[in-house]
Amino acid sequence: MERNQLHRLVALSRQPLFDQGFLDEQFLQLEELQDDANPNFVEEVVTLYYRDSARLILNIEQALERNPLDFNKLDILMHQFKGSSSSIGAKKVKAECTFFRENCRAGNGEGCIRTFQQLKKEYATLRKKLEAYFQLRLHAAPSEKSVAEEEMAGIHLKMFLVSEAL
Amino acid sequence: MTVEQGIGQPRDQFPIGMRVLAVDDDPTCLLLLETLLRRCQYHVTTTSQAIAALKMLRENKNKFDLVISDVHMPDMDGFKLLELVGLEMDLPVIMLSANSDPKLVMKGISHGACDYLLKPVRMEELKNIWQHVIRRRKFNNKDRNHFDNQDKLHHGSSEATADQKLNKKRKDQNEDEDEDRDDNEHENEDPTTQKKPRVVWSVELHRKFVAAVNQLGIDKAVPKKILDLMNVEKLTRENVASHLQKYRLYLKRISTVANQQANMVAALGSTDSSYLQMSSVNGLGFPNLAGTGQFHNAAFRSLPPSGMLGRLNSPAALGMCGLPSSGVIQIGPLPTPGHLTNCQSQFQSIVHTGNDGNVLQGMPMSLEVDQIQPNKGVTYIRELPTDVNNTTTFSVSNGFQDAKIMASSSNSAFLGVSNKPLMLEGSVQEVQDGRQFGKQSSLTVASLDSGFSSNFLDHGRCNDSWSSAVQSTGDQSNSFGINDCFKQATLLPSNIRDSMSTMALQSGNNPSQVSSISTVPIHLQDSKADLQCQIASIRSNTRQIINNAPQGWDDQSQRRDATYHSNAECSSINSVIPNHGTGSPMGQSLDPNNAIFQKTKSFNSTRQSDIVDPFLLKHNEVDNLAMETLMSSNDGYVIGQQKPQGSYFSNNFGSLDDLESVMVKQEQDKVTITEEEFGFGSYSLRTCM
Repeated sequence: MERNQLHRLVALSRQPLFDQGFLDEQFLQLEELQDDANPNFVEEVVTLYYRDSARLILNIEQALERNPLDFNKLDILMHQFKGSSSSIGAKKVKAECTFFRENCRAGNGEGCIRTFQQLKKEYATLRKKLEAYFQLRLHAAPSEKSVAEEEMAGIHLKMFLVSEAL
Repeated sequence: MTVEQGIGQPRDQFPIGMRVLAVDDDPTCLLLLETLLRRCQYHVTTTSQAIAALKMLRENKNKFDLVISDVHMPDMDGFKLLELVGLEMDLPVIMLSANSDPKLVMKGISHGACDYLLKPVRMEELKNIWQHVIRRRKFNNKDRNHFDNQDKLHHGSSEATADQKLNKKRKDQNEDEDEDRDDNEHENEDPTTQKKPRVVWSVELHRKFVAAVNQLGIDKAVPKKILDLMNVEKLTRENVASHLQKYRLYLKRISTVANQQANMVAALGSTDSSYLQMSSVNGLGFPNLAGTGQFHNAAFRSLPPSGMLGRLNSPAALGMCGLPSSGVIQIGPLPTPGHLTNCQSQFQSIVHTGNDGNVLQGMPMSLEVDQIQPNKGVTYIRELPTDVNNTTTFSVSNGFQDAKIMASSSNSAFLGVSNKPLMLEGSVQEVQDGRQFGKQSSLTVASLDSGFSSNFLDHGRCNDSWSSAVQSTGDQSNSFGINDCFKQATLLPSNIRDSMSTMALQSGNNPSQVSSISTVPIHLQDSKADLQCQIASIRSNTRQIINNAPQGWDDQSQRRDATYHSNAECSSINSVIPNHGTGSPMGQSLDPNNAIFQKTKSFNSTRQSDIVDPFLLKHNEVDNLAMETLMSSNDGYVIGQQKPQGSYFSNNFGSLDDLESVMVKQEQDKVTITEEEFGFGSYSLRTCM
């Protein structure tokens, strides 16, 4: 498959992520910042995000186990989480953060727990999709690949797209 | 951004290579920010710790052009960092947050941020941040010139009005720029001019500076003279000039919060600028402010010393109290310090009792400036736990014409006070005992200081004590105490409040100081009702007091840099004493104030802080005293007016008689509190505390 096509496919592969609302334009900005000087920027940022957010999620979980709930603390934690999620353009995750904070403000413990579960789900989904996306990109990365390899990469991409569409 | 940008074009070259310090505890955002900034061709340094950032900045003030900081950080509040940077280093700071709540934005602005960005941060926004650096530099230059002109004016006479006008102008200008302007760049002028080595204004140096300014009188403080007084090697007149400018701006800034109120007051006829100055004085007064010495510097920056008094229309009105709201805030380390931060608000004529909310009504314990202005920016002062009414903004109205009370944000003074509320109480005791207190009590507040590096704090406390003390004594002795206190407390917003009230009382009131104040408030009523704090007509006395105060205080509280305040100070006593009709409370408190003011002077000799206490205590009660005694003593008119007062001021307040006489005289002059008295340094008042 031609390089262009691959690239196009890569670009296409991430389209669903946008269409389905997992990512917003902030992610595009990240991609724009990636250049030759900074070839893996997006992945770096996203990896950093995973690490930091894993920590935050753990903290929030611990906080949610307390009784009574410290809404203020939860709010602060969630604010942080929201901040970093918005920095990479994680749209759905960000939305869940907002819901969570509303519940905090309302003092709704049940609501918080529920929202948090939802948030974790969204977060997991996003993570999966992004990893797949990066894999694809890796495949499509310009390199001294043989035609056969590129063919394979192309097929992978297609499969990915198909799976995404499902 | 392409490299071609700006190449070969000196003008455009600046944004390229601009040195930015980015602070954010979120690693994802930090990395993103760093990359974006690099893309804009800035030179980026990042850190996730605010403390590390401060350290870097302090190491070399010339290392960075701009700071971008997150609001929510674990080791230090972003706003606090913002203030510190603004005050100490006079660098533009941009706030960053995922929270778009307008209240936070407002808070950022009032703390001095030159911009507030929302996360996720975008490239387009970062491309333009260099404008803040240029703007600041330009304004610094402009202000510097302006200042020089003012200095010339100052020379020679208390042209309060002139100053006020200038100040006002400056203030107006500054207002547009928010806090930014206040922090005019220290040494940096045009980007094109060569950067001179920055002078580091250490606590010690600043203290000397404040002492010198106090000694000269905030209005008459000109760089050359200050330089001579300071007698420090390798310090040039320019250094002093720019520092003075900042100081004034700082004072102004403190009063900026109260600007609106100040405006109102101004409308009354006083020049806002003077008022503002008062506030700023307060702020500055705090050199001791717990926070860092640097803080003072910053605080000073905003102090526009001169005009403060102007507010009251009559220069005397300087109640500059507690201005330090803006600058003061930093009192930082002080645990309780009366939030000088509030100073800002205090200034506003807030007499409101800072922390405690006692608001003396007239006495905006500068800390709490809130009263006057719902704590905008007043955050600083909150530190002053001294409750003592931290914000005793005494609105010292020169008694002249309208009682424009300048709610000098005595708040700022409180900063120092907060910590030691106890101290005041002690002083109160004295007051109660009576007359002696005059001298000592006031400052007992000062004693509080010990803890607070800033005098303010003490004041804050003093206020409390004073108020109580005042009550008991109700006389001049108290007032003196308060005055003294004020002086010392000048910085202490809280103190100021009390002192202010007392001062207000003093001025011109009859011996029964308390009552006199009431009269004053009435006058004040003209001005905005609340803030108006009754300008303590501390007039004449204050001036003297102030003069004396500085000297006295030095002894006492070196820490307090009150001396400065005392000079200025009284003006800072902007306790805004709401005139609402409750003149009486004020009256009462005013009286003590008057006494205080007068005392302040004398108390310099005696005890500076003590004196104020009694009054302050009183104020507390008065609560409404929010008098803003714009102790425009700076202008000197405050002092000038005094007639007999002069005599007593001369140290030792102990002479209650003097007070009485003074007060009586004041009555004659005008009931309104002569700013003079307050003016003396509203700062001092504050500091007294």
